[in-house]
Amino acid sequence: MTRIEKPDAFSRRSLLKAGGALIVSIGAPVTFDIAQADDAANAAMSVAVKPALTPDQLSSYIAVNADGTIAAYFGKMDMGQGLFVAVGQIVAEELDVPFDSVKVFMGDTATSVNQGGASGSTGIQEGGRQMRVAAAEARRVLVQMASDKLGMPADQLAVANGIVHATGDAAKKVSYADLIGGRYFNIHLDWNGKYGNPLYAPGKAQPKDPKTHTVVGQPIKRQDIAPRVFAQQDFCTDVKVPGMVHGRMIRPKVAGAVPLKVDEASIKDIPGAQVVWKEGFLGVVADKEWDAIKASQQLKVEWSDAKPPFPNQAALYDHIRSTPSRKREVEGKEAGNVDDAFKTAARVIKAEYEWPFQSHASMGPACSLVEIKDGHVTCWSGTQKSHFVRAGLAAILQMPQDSVHVIWTPGPGSYGRNDADDAAMDAAVLAKAVGKPVRVQYMRNQGTGWDPKGPASIHQVRAAIDAQGNVVAYDFLSKAFSRVDVDTNGSKPYDTLAGQTLGVDLKSGDGFGIPSESYSFANKRTAWEVIPPLLDRASPLRTSHLRDPVGPQIHFASESFMDEVAASLDMDAIEFRLRYVKDPRDIAVIKAAAEKAGWQMRPSPRKDQTGDKVSGRGIAYAQRSGTRVAMIAEVDVDRRSGKIWVRRFTVAHDCGQIINPDGLRLTVEGNIVQGISRTLWEEVKFDNKNVTSVDWITYPILDITETPSQIDVVLINHPEIAPSGAGEPSSRPIAAAIANAVFDATGVRIRRVPFSPDNVKSALS
Amino acid sequence: MKQSYSLNVNGTVHKIEADEDMPLLYALRDDLGLNNPHFGCGLAQCGACTVHVDGQPVRSCITPVSSVGDSKVVTLAGLGTPDKPHPLQAAYVEEQVPQCGYCINGWIMTAAAFLRDNKKPTDAQIKSALEGLKCRCGTHMSILRAVKRAATMMG
Repeated sequence: MTRIEKPDAFSRRSLLKAGGALIVSIGAPVTFDIAQADDAANAAMSVAVKPALTPDQLSSYIAVNADGTIAAYFGKMDMGQGLFVAVGQIVAEELDVPFDSVKVFMGDTATSVNQGGASGSTGIQEGGRQMRVAAAEARRVLVQMASDKLGMPADQLAVANGIVHATGDAAKKVSYADLIGGRYFNIHLDWNGKYGNPLYAPGKAQPKDPKTHTVVGQPIKRQDIAPRVFAQQDFCTDVKVPGMVHGRMIRPKVAGAVPLKVDEASIKDIPGAQVVWKEGFLGVVADKEWDAIKASQQLKVEWSDAKPPFPNQAALYDHIRSTPSRKREVEGKEAGNVDDAFKTAARVIKAEYEWPFQSHASMGPACSLVEIKDGHVTCWSGTQKSHFVRAGLAAILQMPQDSVHVIWTPGPGSYGRNDADDAAMDAAVLAKAVGKPVRVQYMRNQGTGWDPKGPASIHQVRAAIDAQGNVVAYDFLSKAFSRVDVDTNGSKPYDTLAGQTLGVDLKSGDGFGIPSESYSFANKRTAWEVIPPLLDRASPLRTSHLRDPVGPQIHFASESFMDEVAASLDMDAIEFRLRYVKDPRDIAVIKAAAEKAGWQMRPSPRKDQTGDKVSGRGIAYAQRSGTRVAMIAEVDVDRRSGKIWVRRFTVAHDCGQIINPDGLRLTVEGNIVQGISRTLWEEVKFDNKNVTSVDWITYPILDITETPSQIDVVLINHPEIAPSGAGEPSSRPIAAAIANAVFDATGVRIRRVPFSPDNVKSALS
Repeated sequence: MKQSYSLNVNGTVHKIEADEDMPLLYALRDDLGLNNPHFGCGLAQCGACTVHVDGQPVRSCITPVSSVGDSKVVTLAGLGTPDKPHPLQAAYVEEQVPQCGYCINGWIMTAAAFLRDNKKPTDAQIKSALEGLKCRCGTHMSILRAVKRAATMMG
């Protein structure tokens, strides 16, 4: 569905060779006191020079420093949910070391293998799974080394706080530091040959029984909060190198236009200002940041007379409806015979839902710094996928991947494939052109106007009801712009603005998705179709992944529709769901949310309210890659103003084993607030020439005065079930829960996002 | 035309050369190397660049450096330190507020001035004082918990 491709080659340089570059960003992660192996067995399992940084080497994930502390090298990164804490807990748990002795190094291409970056809520589900087996294997190897050293069988040894000791004699002991500190594991793992999220390379060890966990499951706090609040932590926007200049990009007023004439004289009064122009790529650099900004605003450019590429916004959904699909896919197995079942139905319920383009609108526009020096490229980026950006930089600079080092540094917010990868590529093109390190930060109108967008969609849903009021058939179709006009990472120039403006051949992808639930209808079909992009090259409406890609759209439709059917059958919305939902964990989250919220069984809408101010409640539920989530929204609606206040949100969340309950709770809470924002306010605005929502006035998000008074999160822990993701699942049912609550309050069904006051007012009138 | 300016920032006077229309943000970040105020919008719409000028929260992204004069500028780094944290900084750590953390300056610097001038505020007063500030990660619930915690600490 998405087109994640393997990078061509990985660095074979040892960490020691790369160490010089590392120090710039994060300090040396391993203390290189090269100890001498004191016996042959240890020599076989440990080496002084780091083995190749490949997925099949234990040393690619875990190292023991000379002082016994642990370095964990993680090929994913934390976008602010405390993932590194959870991974540290997993590593500490399996190694039997204190949590504080583990340091997790994330997303640096010189120290980690490509585990896929921040992607699909797989930080713990896939990334943590790998770190767990690596740490377990490291413990097994260390115990074996201790067994050789102490002359005792391994099964008579235990580990506590990084010290291996005899179970019957605590005085017989040796520490991890003494066994291997400062040297590297020389242990081969059973790698499945895959890169990215599915990378898996276990050793011989079995991870611990979750029943014995003492570190995993604890609410350990993030250590990176204090550096942030005391202004001691650098974002990628803060990194500077000697000789660095500032770059700014210039985008056309009419999307698709390219520069025909650029008047360099128009900026000659600005010190050091320089134009970089090639085909559609146009940027400026200057020694000082303010000068670069002024130059970008002052430069006189004559643009080609491009035909306005977009329909007027009012025609968006008609455009989707009427445009021939480029690809259709029925996902999953079609149950029964849907078309026949509809022919014999007593009645049919139908509805259509609409979701707009949405922007990542990250807190700050993307920024990247690229230095090209002595045949090596160093890039600081807030990307979610540093290893893939490395491939992209190598391709656009026509240099071998081995010579490119991407240092992930926290960026100004990230919720998927935002503008970060584009900024890295633009910085690289500028740096190569001017022969100096270039730091590019986009301006606000570029961050919101030109980031890859979440796709707009329509969803056509119908249900066949028999004479007894049973749902006998269900047919769900999404028709939409693809979720991957550009891929979810910048590994290919054609997926970045730099590549597209420089004229590379395009390859846009096809992909969407289907509802993720366990409704068992005898006849059921869930399908999607996608239409081509409105503008194929360098489009401000190109799509890619935005938090829970296509999940909010699809489940807004599917879970609103379940409510419509329940209401039509005069059934309580939860009673209806429990009648058809079959998965026990799904049922459990629905019941848990209902219990916490104090749900009273009755059909919607309420019939006991009069006046302009009414309130209601609504439920929605969904699965996502193993995680189950149900949520209940309680809303107040002002009929006169159209204003909705989501007063209270109750969430029940089951992602299997919980690694860190506090981190999980805050992650879910953030998703709820962001999801309310996307539901009530967010819509990319455009005219036929370009995107016109370009700042916080034209692309409003939820304000603190509009946040709920209460968000309750019920966490259901299943230590016996491998953890699944939490970064996105709770994003998807939010819009439906709110829509269902608005219906309960008003009796009016809102089928188009956003539920802004104007839209609500017109729906109610 | 670049001119000379003296800026009193976090108790130290710095001399810089800048265009008179250059916003204070770039003086702080690029000339003084103070990375804490961030560029979020350049339009005074988000708050990521907020500093105190003579005790009042100001959006440094639209404040011309020429307008600062002898005023005392305090940034997040000047508000408190790990050894002597401002109550809001301590509360932020305790409540584990930020996700990406890029918005921090706006919330903390605005709330610090508000709590200094408003003892025992109501929830509605706190929300109203913070209206318009942006947090894209959606940490608003934590922000409110932290501001209330700090309000209690500040009595």
